[in-house]
Amino acid sequence: MAAITERVALAHESAPAYHGIWAWLASVDHKKIGIMYIYAALFFMAFGGFEALAIRVQLWSPDNHVLTAQAFNEFFTMHGVTMIFLVAMPILIGYVNAIVPLQIGARDVAFPRMNALSLWLFVLGGLFLYTSFMMGGAPDAGWFNYAPLSGAAYSGPGIDFYDIGLQITGIGTLMTAVNFLVTILNMRAPGMRLLRMPMFTWSALITMLLILFAFPPITVDLIMQMLGRLFHARFFDVALGGNVLLWQNLFWIFGHPEVYIVILPAFGIVSEVIPTFARKPLFGYESMAMALSVIAFLSFMVWTHHMFADGLGPIVNSIFAITSMLIAVPTGIKIFNWLATLWGGQIRFTTASMYALAFIPLFVIGGVSGVMLAMAPADLQLNDSYFVVAHFHYVLFGGTLMGALAGLYYWFPRIWGRILDDRLGKWNFWLVFIGFNVTFFPMHFLGLDGMPRRISTYAAGYGWTFLNQLSTIGAFILLAGMLILLWNFIITFARKPDAVADPWDGRSLEWSLPSPVPEYNFAQLPLIEDRDAFWVAKQEGRPIQAAEPPGPIHMPSPSLSPFFIALTVVGAGYMALLHIDMGALLLMIAAFVQIALQLVHEDRGYHVHPQVPQGGAAD
Amino acid sequence: MSMNLVTVSLGIRSLIRYPVGDMRGLYGPGPDGRPGHVRQIGGRNSLQWQGLGRFKAALPLAATSAALLLAGCGGKQSALSPAGPVAQDQLGLLVESLWIMGAIFVIVCAVFLYSLVRFRARRGDDALPKQVHGNTRLEIAWTIVPLIIIVVLSISTVRYAFALGTTPKDPVTIDVIGHQYWWEFRYPGSGVVTANQVRIPTGEKVNFVLTSADVIHSFWVPELGGKTDLIPGRTNQMWLEASKSGTYAGQCAQLCGVGHAYMKFTVLAESPADYRKWLQHMRTDTVHATTPQEVAGMKLFAQDCATCHAIQGTPYKGHVGPNLTALATRPTIGAGTLPDTPQGLATWLHDPSAVKPGAKMPDLGLSKGQIEDLTAFLETLK
Repeated sequence: MAAITERVALAHESAPAYHGIWAWLASVDHKKIGIMYIYAALFFMAFGGFEALAIRVQLWSPDNHVLTAQAFNEFFTMHGVTMIFLVAMPILIGYVNAIVPLQIGARDVAFPRMNALSLWLFVLGGLFLYTSFMMGGAPDAGWFNYAPLSGAAYSGPGIDFYDIGLQITGIGTLMTAVNFLVTILNMRAPGMRLLRMPMFTWSALITMLLILFAFPPITVDLIMQMLGRLFHARFFDVALGGNVLLWQNLFWIFGHPEVYIVILPAFGIVSEVIPTFARKPLFGYESMAMALSVIAFLSFMVWTHHMFADGLGPIVNSIFAITSMLIAVPTGIKIFNWLATLWGGQIRFTTASMYALAFIPLFVIGGVSGVMLAMAPADLQLNDSYFVVAHFHYVLFGGTLMGALAGLYYWFPRIWGRILDDRLGKWNFWLVFIGFNVTFFPMHFLGLDGMPRRISTYAAGYGWTFLNQLSTIGAFILLAGMLILLWNFIITFARKPDAVADPWDGRSLEWSLPSPVPEYNFAQLPLIEDRDAFWVAKQEGRPIQAAEPPGPIHMPSPSLSPFFIALTVVGAGYMALLHIDMGALLLMIAAFVQIALQLVHEDRGYHVHPQVPQGGAAD
Repeated sequence: MSMNLVTVSLGIRSLIRYPVGDMRGLYGPGPDGRPGHVRQIGGRNSLQWQGLGRFKAALPLAATSAALLLAGCGGKQSALSPAGPVAQDQLGLLVESLWIMGAIFVIVCAVFLYSLVRFRARRGDDALPKQVHGNTRLEIAWTIVPLIIIVVLSISTVRYAFALGTTPKDPVTIDVIGHQYWWEFRYPGSGVVTANQVRIPTGEKVNFVLTSADVIHSFWVPELGGKTDLIPGRTNQMWLEASKSGTYAGQCAQLCGVGHAYMKFTVLAESPADYRKWLQHMRTDTVHATTPQEVAGMKLFAQDCATCHAIQGTPYKGHVGPNLTALATRPTIGAGTLPDTPQGLATWLHDPSAVKPGAKMPDLGLSKGQIEDLTAFLETLK
């Protein structure tokens, strides 16, 4: 066990100390940044959940008037934007931040200040998006925002919030991708070859590659639309020679990899939790790593399956139907490997493991409905109906969110030094599991019964009322489950951090650290000689060997600059929105100047001296 | 199809070795002699295998009942009640894939639930389970088998993509132009223009030529077939056919603005003879205002409505809003918003956007008397 004994500021160093909220605003520590990502994601999830409940209340009965059609369109648009960009991605990136450096034996990421900038661009960009409700209306053309409906001729200022807000958060995400690609490739502890990395880190690595290639197309799309809306550019304006399908193609070239961006880390979490709680190694590790890579590669080859109804012709539709079905093969491989991991194991049921286990059948349902959707001629009946809504909620909620909740309960002691109450956790799990299925399973039938998606109301006489009501009841069961999670948070934080370092008998390196994890993570970087090195060391009854002698550890200085850069960028966004072009330009220049100053000014950092217990290497 | 399914699934099961079972039952001393252990389950004579045998026998029963269930389901806009060959073929594809996907789900769930029960940690279980790392033969098997399933599904998919996606020879052609929030239908052969209800002959292939005047809409009448989008700047084509006469419900299936939920249409399929009679009728004079109230209404129409609406056989040629020729023969007005009755018309004329969000027709500030006159006139449009 090692702890900080003294912070030493050598002559040429500064050791700025921030306190209270400033310590959080100025933090460049991946662990604190991860915590802030998770908190912000949960905060936005409350909003996304509220939007969902409002939608379900409106759809309770035919010709309902709880929400106007305009409000309904804003609510389902923001529900989608929030859940994908402000909840799913950030919570997973939060885990990547908090856990991946620990899993690879690193002390932080490659670019800590840029890491903080990514966080603040997300938080402030998300808040920017939400102020749209008070400034002329939220975006209302759906989360995929098709042109020409989202053009200036057919929609209001809400779309400007969409175009600008998603560029702001998107730049942050691209920076995260660069950061973690460099970190994972360059900063692994000695001996940690790629095929010795934990599966969560593998999934993070592949996800970052996906982000790197998927985000530029949507950035281009958003810029083109922004130029069209603010400066009369003509990319999507048919009357002036533009092409409406251009928006869709670029959007989905991003959009399909995007959904793999949000599922791959969840796969990674399941691949950590199941072996831990089955007390067996992950079955088929190499196949699993290969499957992640194949899924990522194929995810760029399927985007037109979102456009089967666009009249692109049987050749195009056939090609993309086949590629879309093919992607089920590596995904199936993963499912079978998890089943084989469970087989012959010793399965412990905690909340974390129950979420990871529930992931399997729920994701399979989403996957098989996806194969049905991939069959282009059949898709012409299913597309843009509630069948699609059912499908993507099974993979995004039954998949991503269940995985994220598994990760929450699993890594809670590592991140916050406490364990969430397991009895309350199981209540949370069962209400969420039951509520989820009651909400979304009926939607498969609603879609087959001809109910289109995104309709603000429906008439009586179609046979849709009963299933809609069932779905709404399910949504309130989900709410109850989530409130229990909130309660669990409250009572758990009321306790002191009292968790042991390795409460689950874990396999990977993050559990080898003391609780709470020291600021510098590892007193001495570990020497890795096996996959699941920590587990192997425990089985052999020895600590992990150190790869370096003990000594002062160089830490990056905290900095308020990332927060202020993000604030400046958001300010520029508001200026652009309000058509104060000069203001927008000046603030963007100010942002670049701040970034340039960060590049030019070398951070000397500071040193800490960990205390090494007697008898040799710290563990 | 079902037979192949059973064969394939049994084949997979044989790769997973069942531990040899003991016929004495589930509980008793374990292999190491310690009391109170749940015996390993498995082997051909064990209860568990007998359970699976029961399941095998139930398969044809499940098949029949599912088919019945699917056939019986379906309200008035349901893909599960096909009334034409396109919808029939698409449903067939869905059912074929549902069987295979359903089987996969059942197998995965069975293995999954079995594992949770059989391999759960029990009190006193301290020994580490066997640390198995992988099995190459299994990996190959569960790569190849799904690939084969995909190939099977792809064959049908490609076949139907071409069959249903190729414009037939000598079809009946109807142009569809989408508007916020109503449907314009034009019959290029005969010059007939109508809105929100399209008539087609039964038993003949109808080629819909689709485009939009503003944003993207989607033409979907589930009982006759899947949808195709109406995209401005682009012309799409989709053929459908009604096997029997009837009125089939359709609805816009691509978010098009605040009025998206209110953009419905109907397809009225009738015998080819009746259809051609209707076409003929639509080209003749369809206005018969006789009573003073109807004539007053017609005058009001000329003054307030003709800038946007057209009626065949009159000088009213407005093309901003729906063509109102033979309006009184349609089941609804406002693209499915209100019934086409005097009451419905009156409600609409009083304030269109109060009943239909996003309706482009303004509130004309008509008095009650004016509404009654106009309604009387519109009711004569047969």
